[in-house]
Amino acid sequence: MKVSMFHLMPYRDLPDDFEQKYHSVWVDPPWTELGDAEKVGQYYNWSLDELIHAAKAGMDGICVNEHHQNAYGFMPNPNLMGSVLARATNGMDVAVVQMGSTLPTTNPPTRVAEEYGMLDTISGGRLVAGMPLGTAMDATLCAGITPIEQRERYYEAHDLILKAWTADDIFAWNGKYYQLPKVNVWPRPIQQPHPPVWIPGLGSLSTWEFAAQHNHCYCFLSYYGPKAGKSVMDGFWQFIGDRGIEPNPYRAGFLQLVAVAETDAKAEALYEKHIQYFYNKSLHIPPEYFFPPGHQDYRSLENNIRKGIFKSYFDKLDSIPNWKFKDFVDEGFVIAGSPATVRDMLTDAVTDLRVGNLMVLLHIGSMPHDLTLKNIDMFSSEVMPHIHDMWDNQWENHWWPEKLRTKRQASIAAL
Amino acid sequence: MVAVQEQTVSVWKNQINPKVHVAGSGPALVFLHGAYGLTWDPFLDTLSEQYTVYAPEHPGTTLGDPDGVKALDDLWDLVLYYDELFEQLGLHNPAVIGHSFGGMVASEIAACYPQRVGKLVLLNPIGLWRDDVPVKNWMILPLEEVVKAAFYDAGGPLAQQMLTVPEDEKEAQDLQIRVTWSLACTGKFIWPIPDKGLKKRIHRITAPTLIVWGTEDKLVPPAYAEEFGSRIAGSRIEMVEQAAHLPQLEQLGRVSGLVRDFIQS
Repeated sequence: MKVSMFHLMPYRDLPDDFEQKYHSVWVDPPWTELGDAEKVGQYYNWSLDELIHAAKAGMDGICVNEHHQNAYGFMPNPNLMGSVLARATNGMDVAVVQMGSTLPTTNPPTRVAEEYGMLDTISGGRLVAGMPLGTAMDATLCAGITPIEQRERYYEAHDLILKAWTADDIFAWNGKYYQLPKVNVWPRPIQQPHPPVWIPGLGSLSTWEFAAQHNHCYCFLSYYGPKAGKSVMDGFWQFIGDRGIEPNPYRAGFLQLVAVAETDAKAEALYEKHIQYFYNKSLHIPPEYFFPPGHQDYRSLENNIRKGIFKSYFDKLDSIPNWKFKDFVDEGFVIAGSPATVRDMLTDAVTDLRVGNLMVLLHIGSMPHDLTLKNIDMFSSEVMPHIHDMWDNQWENHWWPEKLRTKRQASIAAL
Repeated sequence: MVAVQEQTVSVWKNQINPKVHVAGSGPALVFLHGAYGLTWDPFLDTLSEQYTVYAPEHPGTTLGDPDGVKALDDLWDLVLYYDELFEQLGLHNPAVIGHSFGGMVASEIAACYPQRVGKLVLLNPIGLWRDDVPVKNWMILPLEEVVKAAFYDAGGPLAQQMLTVPEDEKEAQDLQIRVTWSLACTGKFIWPIPDKGLKKRIHRITAPTLIVWGTEDKLVPPAYAEEFGSRIAGSRIEMVEQAAHLPQLEQLGRVSGLVRDFIQS
């Protein structure tokens, strides 16, 4: 099992009436009313320190992502964060997991090939290259990509990046969306033929097909836990089985919110308000932003409407404002409690979902710096050792930097 | 209600197979629909009393042909596609009426191929942009808000009809899929701002042009009537009161009268 700490870098001080007063946390939260650049500078530094702390505490990977015009995650270029992390963790057996540069909005996409090349070389070959399609909010609303073209652009950008990393010769790229006369990326990555590629998704068939076709790791990045994720991951493994592909658990990644304290009661006291902040404020997004027409291709649109997939999803979200700590834990959105509680729930979840690459969100919503460090320490020392040996007797993680595939021994004491 | 025939034609090396709704008799008249897809309505009924109305569905919006839109990369392709379609239907210089998105397409056809269009009628068209009166992006508005902006009488039966969900579950799903995909396909040519260069080409329009605008339009504000009018030589503007984005339905009698008189004149 490989376990990485994921960080969204949220704004930690949104006002109490934020979700009543403002339309959305994403795309149109007004900076001039809500943003404080001094505070944000502090958040960036805390977030980097928290991830570096996780690396020192023995976690296998540290993980950042890209969002735009978004008060729950504002690393518009995750590779700026990644370069700090790569430099600061040199000498540690920790992967730099970029989840990552959004392909259709990075123009030209050879820029992703170059920046990932920089990160892989700075880190000495420790990069995991996430290649997200991007949400509709980021790609169509903030970056102006035509919804019906987002996925086509993504496929073309992916093919261009892979070719730029692996082609023997300089080549011309004559694509539909990108035309480049001489592609010759400097630097190329250390990892050959290229760093492992992870594809984040939300359960669409097209993404499963794409990940399987290219033998990439598929990551289900949801904030709704193993119960809600079960049907997606079952569908994924069924899909893999039907195609006769080896069901290696490391072919899949999963994101889970986790909060650990000495006892269940203490976890409730420490974390409840931050969990409520995350679900009520950080995820305050109008439904029509998620799916501007064309963002889903016709087949997915038909499938989702006929099966009522998103209707049930949004219906469920309607009740969240009244939830307490217990509701979030009972529904599995957050795995939280004493080390024993978290160990049991997490072991069940990753076993049931058959996930080898686990990402844990250990900073949640408004959590202050000190509490985040505590959560990282308790998770690393009292939970992670109990799940670390899973899968390894049978499966190799082909989707992890080769030099880091053996079990990580480092700990705070060793450093 | 007149008898409407639905012809399926194959255009663009058979990659696009739109349905064309045809009704009536008399001189040919083309109607190009808006972003929500084609619905045969009382306005088209009225026109078909004196004209042979051809109402093609935009590429990709035809049921069973969702991938038709993939054969066109951009607006330039779309205009060429309509040239081919007109040729195939034997339409040499028909009157062309375009509503909303269809108004932008009609303007582009008339600007690129001035000889293709006999007379041009624009009903609340998009295609131009002013920062001080932005066109609302209906692709990211809840339907209730679109209806409020698109109708003068948002509580009236026409508006309520747009909000009514069919009781039958399958029919309701069909409708949702059809409308969403129509928005996706038309959105391909206008996202994120429906200003794709018409301002540079619009002076080429030579067809006599009537511009009709509902004074209460909150989707595409009436200020745009003058923007179109001042750029098309010899055009006439008719502002229609007690109507918003669909003046041809909210003021059916007035608008069909204006259109008929203009085409006959």
